[in-house]
Amino acid sequence: MNQGCAVVAIFIGRSDSMHMADALISPAVGGTLWAAGAALTYYSAKKIGPDFHAQKAPLMGVLGAFVFAAQMINFAIPGTGSSGHLGGGLMLSVLLGPYAGFLTMASILTIQALLFADGGLLALGCNIVNLAFFPCFIAYPLIYRKAAGDQPSRRRMTVAVTLATVAGLQLGALGVVAETLLSGITELPFQTFTMFMLPIHLAIGLAEAAVTTAVLWYVRQEAPGLFSVSSHSKDKVTASVSLRRILLAVAIGTVVTAGMFSWFASLSPDGLEWAIQKTAGRNELENSSAIHTLAGAWQEKIALFPDYQATLPGISDTKESKRETKVIWPAVSEGASVAGLIGSTLTLVVAGAVGAGCRVLAKRNAP
Amino acid sequence: MQRLQAHIDHFRRLDDLAQADSIIHRLHPAIKILTTLIFVIAVASYAKYDVTGLLPLVLYPVAIITLGRLPLTYFAERMLVLLPFVFFLAIANPFLDRVPLFDMFGVMITGGWVSFISIVLKFLLAVTAVLALVATTGIHDICSVLMRAGVPRILVLQLLLLYRYLSLLLEEAYRIEQAYLLRSGGTGHGITPKVWGSLAGGLLLRTYVRAQRIYDAMLCRGFAGELRLLRPARLTTGSVAYLAFWTTFIICARMINIPAQIGTLVRGVLG
Repeated sequence: MNQGCAVVAIFIGRSDSMHMADALISPAVGGTLWAAGAALTYYSAKKIGPDFHAQKAPLMGVLGAFVFAAQMINFAIPGTGSSGHLGGGLMLSVLLGPYAGFLTMASILTIQALLFADGGLLALGCNIVNLAFFPCFIAYPLIYRKAAGDQPSRRRMTVAVTLATVAGLQLGALGVVAETLLSGITELPFQTFTMFMLPIHLAIGLAEAAVTTAVLWYVRQEAPGLFSVSSHSKDKVTASVSLRRILLAVAIGTVVTAGMFSWFASLSPDGLEWAIQKTAGRNELENSSAIHTLAGAWQEKIALFPDYQATLPGISDTKESKRETKVIWPAVSEGASVAGLIGSTLTLVVAGAVGAGCRVLAKRNAP
Repeated sequence: MQRLQAHIDHFRRLDDLAQADSIIHRLHPAIKILTTLIFVIAVASYAKYDVTGLLPLVLYPVAIITLGRLPLTYFAERMLVLLPFVFFLAIANPFLDRVPLFDMFGVMITGGWVSFISIVLKFLLAVTAVLALVATTGIHDICSVLMRAGVPRILVLQLLLLYRYLSLLLEEAYRIEQAYLLRSGGTGHGITPKVWGSLAGGLLLRTYVRAQRIYDAMLCRGFAGELRLLRPARLTTGSVAYLAFWTTFIICARMINIPAQIGTLVRGVLG
């Protein structure tokens, strides 16, 4: 177990992105967060209004491209041998206000998902919540604005940016943990996963905050007028009234789609989890299985194919084994696994043949 | 520097691919988006130990790549860049889940390895499907569908502007970083803290000036907050048949474990 966690820790430390992938989430989790992301997008689009829209649209687009590009520049962190990157969400909120900042960040994440496959299509909602919602609607209004005030000194700005960036990233990292665990795809227990994600993202957040502060401070010195877009009048309400509304919108969207998308998650993981625990008599999985059992029970209630089971050889009878505790699990059947192997090979051969056939067809039809 | 260069290359290639022509390129963009969504949701819905059931879905990316005449290297490069994230989260499974699942020629295969393979396979399928969608459709057509589907105009406008100016800013950032590294005598692995603010901040200020120029130019051409996009081509029977075929195939593959059935059949025939 420790080996596995160590490997994960090494990876997370080396990576500077925390974009969720489609392979790590279940349709229920992905769909729910899609709804949340969509609700937030509509809300923000409505909030900034058509006037702002016409004037600032090009600025938002080009600033989005700036953040995208600037995030690829490596800023050396002295004495560590690693590099930091610019933080996107907070920076855009400071320059454009939270709503326009959120929309710009959402468009960056969509382009990253579509063009670069960085973060999946189904996982787009997760990424919008983790990387746009937390920095723009939580960290910016509740921490940055309160800590920085209207005319921050350099020290005050540093503190405000650091607190807000770190808080935003920690929430995002927690989001990644929660989404992964609720999906039940990886085996990482909640505590271990959190204990690796949070400290690593604390370090990443500190580096990000340092770069972001440097850039914001420079801009403030050189062109103080640019800040005025966001730091006066219009956005002041954000922290108090509208946040409640945002959260309400998210909550409603979440509940509605959680039900809808649970249809797809017809195979509840809890049957297997349960079986594993019974068979192996281990307690290690218990941390995560509480969540799974809850999610699984939900899924089973509203499942689209309640009786459908994975006919994977060898584990075909998860439901049976759930009922009859005496059944030796897993039922190791050589016949079934050989059949699975033959079938899989044939499937891939057929897919390859179809591919080759299509290739010939495409060449013949070439204009 | 490598990251910027890689992104610029990928971006240019995608732009070229999207402008090519093939059977897949000619399909209605809304149909392609819908098919991709159904595919991705189906892939994500497989249980974590269900590797065999997932295999028939390989047919979808294979068909799009070949019929759309997309180069495999394009996908392979992107995969290599993206795989680490998924790979390392998945590699914990074999260590944590050591329950034997089945016996393959005397070797016990544990649940962790099966779920590891399943995650990597899901990753490959989902990533190729999305990249193939964009490489055969292009952002403009996707945006025009999004707009007609009721996505807020401001977001669609953002996507288009971002797409338009991304290559410009990526190249500008690349030039700045390269110029800095060439003049810094190769010390360190990035920009030194002293110039963090001025280097990226300078780019930011220039970006503002550029945005103003763009806005002026857009006003000159009649921009009033509205976006005018070409309507996508009409829905053809071919496109509808395409959607029907893949939807049926994906649902069948999801409900019936095709490889297991074939395997049982073959074993039955061989006696």
